[in-house]
Amino acid sequence: MPDNSELVMKGVSRIFPGVRGGQPTEALRPTDLTIERNDFVSILGPSGCGKSTLLRIVAGLDRPTTGTVTLEGQVIRGPGADRGMVFQSYTLFPWLTIRDNVAFGLREKGVPERQKWEIVDSYIDKVGLRGFENHWPKQLSGGMQQRTAIARAIANNPKILLLDEPFGALDNQTRGLMQELLLGIWEREQKTVIFVTHDIEEAIFMASRVVTMTARPGRIKSITQVPLPHPRHYTVKASPEFSELRLKLTEEIRGEAIEAATHG
Amino acid sequence: MHPLEPISPRSRVLLGILFFVLFIAGWSFATFGGFVSKTFLADPLTMLQDGWLLLTKQGFLWDIAITVWRVVGGFILASLVAVPLGIAMGAYKPIEALLEPFVSFARYLPASAFVPLLILWAGIGETQKLLVIFIGAVFQIILMVAVSVSATRRDLVEAAYTLGAGDNGIVRRVLIPANAPDVAETLRLVLGWAWTYVIVAELIGASSGIGYMIINSQALLATGQIIFGIIVIGVIGLISDFAFKSLNRWLFAWRLA
Ligand SMILES: Nc1ncnc2c1ncn2[C@@H]1O[C@H](COP(=O)(O)OP(=O)(O)OP(=O)(O)O)[C@@H](O)[C@H]1O
Ligand SMILES: [Mg+2]
Repeated sequence: MPDNSELVMKGVSRIFPGVRGGQPTEALRPTDLTIERNDFVSILGPSGCGKSTLLRIVAGLDRPTTGTVTLEGQVIRGPGADRGMVFQSYTLFPWLTIRDNVAFGLREKGVPERQKWEIVDSYIDKVGLRGFENHWPKQLSGGMQQRTAIARAIANNPKILLLDEPFGALDNQTRGLMQELLLGIWEREQKTVIFVTHDIEEAIFMASRVVTMTARPGRIKSITQVPLPHPRHYTVKASPEFSELRLKLTEEIRGEAIEAATHG
Repeated sequence: MHPLEPISPRSRVLLGILFFVLFIAGWSFATFGGFVSKTFLADPLTMLQDGWLLLTKQGFLWDIAITVWRVVGGFILASLVAVPLGIAMGAYKPIEALLEPFVSFARYLPASAFVPLLILWAGIGETQKLLVIFIGAVFQIILMVAVSVSATRRDLVEAAYTLGAGDNGIVRRVLIPANAPDVAETLRLVLGWAWTYVIVAELIGASSGIGYMIINSQALLATGQIIFGIIVIGVIGLISDFAFKSLNRWLFAWRLA
């Protein structure tokens, strides 16, 4: 195996026990996936196919029923600062200001005050929230809250960044801007990223590889390389290469989406 | 008027005062109009006169101070014990499993029923008064704090874990700040109840305090004094409640933002 592989999943599955005597839910079929350092991988699949489950297992917030996940050769046994996560729901700490939210992980690490605030302020700048440092999360729009959550995760300098449909609740325009913002940060900083989404365009635009999943029980259906050059501009969405990829992935996902919609 | 429609602060204050006015008017009407015998219910003017005499001639201020000290002392003791225990119970399930059944049981033991027992154990001094309030408050606080800590948003706890927080960090930097407003609200509520317990404690085996004055006045058929005592309790309660509320609002501005 090449040294460059950072995250390795081997035979990872998850079966949730039955709820109130019901059938157990098989959320994830045994899955193998290797992700390389500084790779940007999108995971694309219909609702309920186990995308969040997969991400939570990588984050260490959930245990796989079988299989193991290793990060740089270390088996993952619980959550840790080396895997930053941005959740599907808004999870800023409502009692902390935007600035203190972004500083949460650094404070936990014991980074010296001056250095800590330098890092925090630079990321607040990068996600375009200067002027809102002292607001409470409640005073921000959904898009601003997710931007803060991204800054909070990246400021902590994790080895790998896990994003669970971070822009799922945003309108189309905001969503497009946020994609460019995140991609810009990635192009500058180089990080390993797993980006979960059910939006095909978003999956292609962001990633260097798109992993598609089948309807529940989820497993990997295909892996598609995205050979579009960086830095990417939103106009790339109108290019013929992009359309071709979109068509290919749309066809792959369509069958699964129908499956998911009819069998719940 | 529509459901949940807010009203202006001005009308809120005016309406609040209006009811007090109506209440006093009804009381005056019943007493001055001669519908109720003076022996049973003093009229508002007599009540004020009696109150003035109590304050100036009979050292009632001292009784008020004693009662306030008992309430605050017992309440602070109970909070110091109960808040950390409640947080520990809410955070760690084995501790909850150990203590929850007993605390749920103990919370239904009426504090007032302990008065005779506590007199046997601790005499009729200050210790006994503090203990009544302590017993009345401590189990309630433990349970309510534990419930709110257990109900902390799981996604916030998980977010903190992915940011590198350890178990200790979760308790100190998530569970406690997330629930601080609820804990403060619990304390405000229980402080109100503590006032009931202190009066009960002072009705039996006390030689000072507002409750003692009230039971003394009963022997003298001084209903004006009794009512004055009750109103003083109400006013102190109102003031402390208001102060507590303002403090909470100031401390936990993020809740209202
Ligand atoms: N804690 C749980 N207990 C029982 N079943 C669960 C639990 N969490 C998830 N599941 C089940 O596992 C399956 C996959 O859930 P998951 O949240 O991973 O889907 P998803 O792909 O993220 O969907 P979406 O795109 O809607 O967020 C679902 O069928 C769900 O019912
Ligand atoms: Mg999900």
